[in-house]
Amino acid sequence: MLAGAMAGLLGGCATAGDAHDPIEGFNRGVFAFNEGLDKAVIQPAAKGYEAVLPTVVRTGVSNFYGNIADLFIGVNSLLQGKPADAVTDAARFIFNSTFGIAGIFDVASEMGLEKHEEDFGQTFGRWGAEPGPYLVLPVFGPRDVRDAAGLLLDLSADPAGNLDHIPTRNTLSAVRLISERATLLPADKIIEEAALDKYSYVRDAYLQRRRSLVFDGRPPREPDAE
Amino acid sequence: MKRLFAMLAGLLFATVATAQEMAPDVLVRTVSNDVLEIVRKDKDIQAGSTRKAVELAEVKVLPHFDFAHMTRLAVGKDWRKATPEQQKILVDEFRTLLVRTYSKAFIEYRNHEIEFKPLKMQPADTDVLVRSVVKQPGGKPVQIDYNLDKTDRGWKVYDISVAGVSLVTNYRSSFAQEVSAGGIEGLIASLRAKNKGSEAAVAANKQ
Repeated sequence: MLAGAMAGLLGGCATAGDAHDPIEGFNRGVFAFNEGLDKAVIQPAAKGYEAVLPTVVRTGVSNFYGNIADLFIGVNSLLQGKPADAVTDAARFIFNSTFGIAGIFDVASEMGLEKHEEDFGQTFGRWGAEPGPYLVLPVFGPRDVRDAAGLLLDLSADPAGNLDHIPTRNTLSAVRLISERATLLPADKIIEEAALDKYSYVRDAYLQRRRSLVFDGRPPREPDAE
Repeated sequence: MKRLFAMLAGLLFATVATAQEMAPDVLVRTVSNDVLEIVRKDKDIQAGSTRKAVELAEVKVLPHFDFAHMTRLAVGKDWRKATPEQQKILVDEFRTLLVRTYSKAFIEYRNHEIEFKPLKMQPADTDVLVRSVVKQPGGKPVQIDYNLDKTDRGWKVYDISVAGVSLVTNYRSSFAQEVSAGGIEGLIASLRAKNKGSEAAVAANKQ
């Protein structure tokens, strides 16, 4: 295992790779492992989930998790110095938890309270932390060092993942994973169609996406090297 | 039949003519609404006919895209290493790849609602960003942005980004990798192989 990882690391150095991806060889190994896991277990589960449940139910499930997330999105909005956003996030959580019946209905969006997307990785980025090298984590997938650190905090703050009742905790986490994977099913086909090399396509998309999120969807355009 | 053809040609000409004067946001909105309407009605496209979707894109969408500009952006600094003939081939192959990807995306997201954001633009602007949001039931809204610049043939799209990911510049590092491994010819060969593979998959799909 270690020997394999070392060989991978050396392989990564040998290719004239991307500056953001110094351990490309190792990352490619983990990426292949994740792809295998996805093909064998997670993607089929997501497809079944999509086939069996009507859209209304899937929307309800996704809203339920989204509601819990809003609480932490609010915390991150505050940490990023966006108090107005934080107020919106808190109001969303309050309305959806009550009128939206434990978050199953997203009444707040209908009221015009916009949903945000924030996490600790973005907060670090907002504070000026550089993304650092690209990493592919087993199961969790693409991250950079900054987001991997953010992920640790996201996980320790996650209410579903910290329940004492183990079966409930595992069920909640598994359903969330499958529900999120199901919303990505259309993207699979697009990536297959688009990518010359899936690994680097996913990597570059991840890095661009995170950069965009740190700038709240309006990153300055990178210089066009022509 | 002849009359019908003449009428169609006339219609096409009319759309192209008005498109030249259309404001960039109106242009993008009109084209995407038209296309979505057709996609929602067309049984073949819904059944997954990429060929039909590509045909639709050829007529409706592609006249508004500047593929030479897109290819220059994706190839980046290696562009100057390519001879004019190679540049032409690169544009053609990249065009095929993008059209397929874009058509696929339209099919996958056809049932979603698209909301366009108001455009902030000065009359003198020649480069604008048209922003839209696709709302998917049960999922997070996805931001889709179009970069357009003003050419003498009207406003042309030179980049599309989905959820902050540019469909064009996302190729930059993999293209650079191909060029450093096999030169411009290597990149052309990879693009050709990719496009051929997709064609084969489409042919297999049709049966």
